[in-house]
Amino acid sequence: MSSRRSRSRQSSGSRITDDQIIDLVSKLQQLIPELRGRRSDRVSASKVLQETCNYIRNLHREVDGLSDRLSQLLASADTDSDQAAIIRSLLME
Amino acid sequence: MNNPHHMNPRSLKSRFTTRFLRALTKIRAQKPISSSSPTEIFRRYRKIKVAADKSMAYSVRSRKTWSRAMLWKLRSRSHRRRPVKTKFRQSVMKNTKTTTTTGEDGVGFGVEASELRELVPGGEAMDLCNLLDETAHYIKCLTTQVQVMKKIADFYSL
Repeated sequence: MSSRRSRSRQSSGSRITDDQIIDLVSKLQQLIPELRGRRSDRVSASKVLQETCNYIRNLHREVDGLSDRLSQLLASADTDSDQAAIIRSLLME
Repeated sequence: MNNPHHMNPRSLKSRFTTRFLRALTKIRAQKPISSSSPTEIFRRYRKIKVAADKSMAYSVRSRKTWSRAMLWKLRSRSHRRRPVKTKFRQSVMKNTKTTTTTGEDGVGFGVEASELRELVPGGEAMDLCNLLDETAHYIKCLTTQVQVMKKIADFYSL
């Protein structure tokens, strides 16, 4: 892979190379649980971006749901004095 | 975060957790929570959601384009109505060279890239390289956000 020549694009004075993009895309691929194990030459860049969008939407939805859960739990939550305990249990992960 | 014995106080996870917990304490203090009418709960939900994003954006500060965009958006929320998107574009585009990705990138994923631009804060103003790089960071932060919020919710569910 590293023997491939970089071709620079001539458009609008930008010097982004194809190799740079390929590297960034495969780096992104490793972050997506759906695609993590697969070889990067087997997954198209288009698919990576597609799955990235889906993954981000899922994460947004998770944050939404957790905000909802927290809004109901907040009544009995003494977040101030529990801070140390919460951080401690985050450490264990 | 790889150190098993101590959470680095300067790690993103640590900064976010402290800020977010502080925000939750403030939200609790605002209204007498004995009233759990659906409207109150909904309002609280919205505040918590904003607090989660705010805590994350402040933990990253202006080191990333996406966090700057989010901070900008959050700040203009608290002021009067403003055409948020256009103003940010104008201020960012003065300083960034942008390239249109619809078909010009030579790698053939213009449609997916535009979709991604809408999901990542400030994505509209980024060139393709920056978009991919910022997305990776944004995803790492989102997963941290989810992990911490889940831990807090579980903690109070017992």
